[in-house]
Parts: sequence; C-alpha cells; structure tokens
Amino acid sequence: MNHEDAAARRAAGWAKSVSQLKVSEVPEGAVNLNVEGRRLASPIQGFGKMWQKTYQVRLPAQRVSATELIATWKQRFPDFWPAGNRFYAPLTGIEPGEVALLNMALPGKMKLSTGVMVLYADEESFTLMTPQGHMFAGWITFSGLEVDGETVAQAQVLMRASDPIFELGLAMGGHKQEDRFWQHTLAALATHFGHEAEVESRVVCVDKRRQWSRWRNVWHSSAIRSTLYTMGTPGRALKRLFKRDRALA
Amino acid sequence: MPEAATTFEVREVTERARVIDIEGDITAQSEDVLMDAYGRASGEGVKAIVLNFTALDYMNSGGIGLLVTLLVRAQRQHQQVLAYGLSDHYRQIFELTRLDEAVGIHDSEAEALASAGGG
Repeated sequence: MNHEDAAARRAAGWAKSVSQLKVSEVPEGAVNLNVEGRRLASPIQGFGKMWQKTYQVRLPAQRVSATELIATWKQRFPDFWPAGNRFYAPLTGIEPGEVALLNMALPGKMKLSTGVMVLYADEESFTLMTPQGHMFAGWITFSGLEVDGETVAQAQVLMRASDPIFELGLAMGGHKQEDRFWQHTLAALATHFGHEAEVESRVVCVDKRRQWSRWRNVWHSSAIRSTLYTMGTPGRALKRLFKRDRALA
Repeated sequence: MPEAATTFEVREVTERARVIDIEGDITAQSEDVLMDAYGRASGEGVKAIVLNFTALDYMNSGGIGLLVTLLVRAQRQHQQVLAYGLSDHYRQIFELTRLDEAVGIHDSEAEALASAGGG
C-alpha cells in the first residue's frame, strides 16, 4: 500500500461532522443526561488552564504488538477503568462517530452523568472527545507505539476545565484524581497482558491563562445537572407512583 | 508507527504575515518540526500565521492537538492563525473539532492574506 492509499485509509478513521450529539441507544443502567443534543467542546471552547497530560506504560513487544494492544483496549475499554466508574460502550464498539455514556464517581459519593464521542479510531489509536458540560473540554487519545523492542501504551489528554466550578474542582484534588484514574487504567491494561509495570506520567501546562469569556459554560455543567437530577429522583418516583395509581383507579 | 516525511517551509509574504507550507502528514510525531517552523515564522512584527494545507496528506487527532497548541502560542503573541488549501474532508474535521471557531479558513492564500490585512 503506497503512502497516499495509507493516508486515505487512515483519513476514514475520523467521525463524520455533527452539530449535536445523538445517543442512538441507552444501555440498561445508564443515565442519558448531559449528552443528547450537546455540542462537542474542544480545548478552545473550555474555561480553565490548558493541560496536556501523558500517561505511558511499556510492555515487552513479544507479548503484544501495538495493533493487538489497541484492538484489545477498544474491545475491553471499560474493563480497565477503576471501580465505581462506568463506561457504557456503544453497541457497535469504539467506532468513529459513536457516542458512549459515562457515569463517573465524584468525591462525596456523587455520581456524574456525561458522555464522549469517538472522534477518531484506527488500528493504532483512538480518540474520545467531550461534549459541552463535561468536566473538561478536550479529548483523550489512546495509542500504541512500538519503540526499541517495547510496545508503549499511551493515554494523552488535551484539556481545559469546562467552567469555573470544574476548574476549582481540578485545583482541589481533581487533577490528582484524574492522574490516579489513568494510571490505574494503564496499569490494569498492562496486567491484562501479564505484565506489571510502572506508569510514567508527564503533565505540561500548555496555557496558564483562563478563558474568562467562557465562564457561562457553567450553564451546561454536568456536575450541577447531575446533582439536580439526583435530588429530583424521589420526586420522579412519586410522580410515577401517582400516575400508576390514577391509571388503576 | 513510521514517521512520514513531513516538511514545514516558512515563507515571508508580507511584513506582517508568514505562510507555513505543510507537506506530508501532521501527527503527534510532527511536534518538533511544526513548532520549529512556527518559531521561524514568528518574527518581530508578525501578526498573522497562515497555514497552507494544499499538500497535506493526512492529519490525525494528534495533529489537531498540535494545531491547538500552536494556536495558543500564537494567541500569546497576539497573532492571528489562518488556513487555506484544506480539502473538504479536513474542513469538516476543523468544524467537528471546532477549530474553525479560532482559525480563519479560506479558499486561497490571497484570501487569507486579505483577511489578515496583509494582502
């Protein structure tokens, strides 16, 4: 395959352009909140400082090739996450344009409902992009790379906190929690291939400035909306009960 | 992943604008060469960086991330970033990733330079 053919094939890994996200099917147990109808948000639309965080783990290449690593990572993506967090993978798998719902554990036993869209996916990498209201505006690229007899599994986040509340949350332990999240994920991925290895982390502040013009992003905050949704659970249960009683009467 | 041959040539088109001619692929592996080209393009008095994508073969999400980083650096220098020569496919990628909200996209170099006030 010549370079042009390879480039054309890889270009097919991009999702089609969408103005708003659409959740095709809601898996059992998932909460479809803060995703349907939302726009995607890149770091340009975010509020906080811009960060690039890179997490890597090295595996012996004879144990797994980069393409095998990515195939497994895509197929079993939720299995490597820390307990208490749910990634409801699309039924068709991690394919360009597919939307996945997320239920994340926050400090204080709070649950946050959000989602991601598969922005890009090929045999060597895949990228998840966040919608408006997610903790951060940006994307995470998962890749496999073969270097000097080793297969390097990498997760790289390019992000800004979406709004002032999330920015505060990141400064007050959120960044550390996120580091632990991806370190756990990569360690679990390595363990899957029978290898115990230390996860290397590199964090770079790409832009120290906050984009104050974006403070209104708080309107879409998945934290606020998830909290309101949780608080409204007893009310919704009562409403359903009254509705059932009225139907029986 | 083999590193494809990618070149970023810098042209001085006006006192205020520089064009970076991109040839080949833009991926995360292009970081050093792209940032080096930006460094060469970003002289004193330069107010617009124009990216010429006419000879772009391929760009992945790592490449889009690099463009976001370049944009941040340019904004810090109070420079505009403009683009031309994007195929329909990559125009859609700019829309999808909402990079088009910060990078002015044009059909030709002349249009981009006129928009930058340097044509």
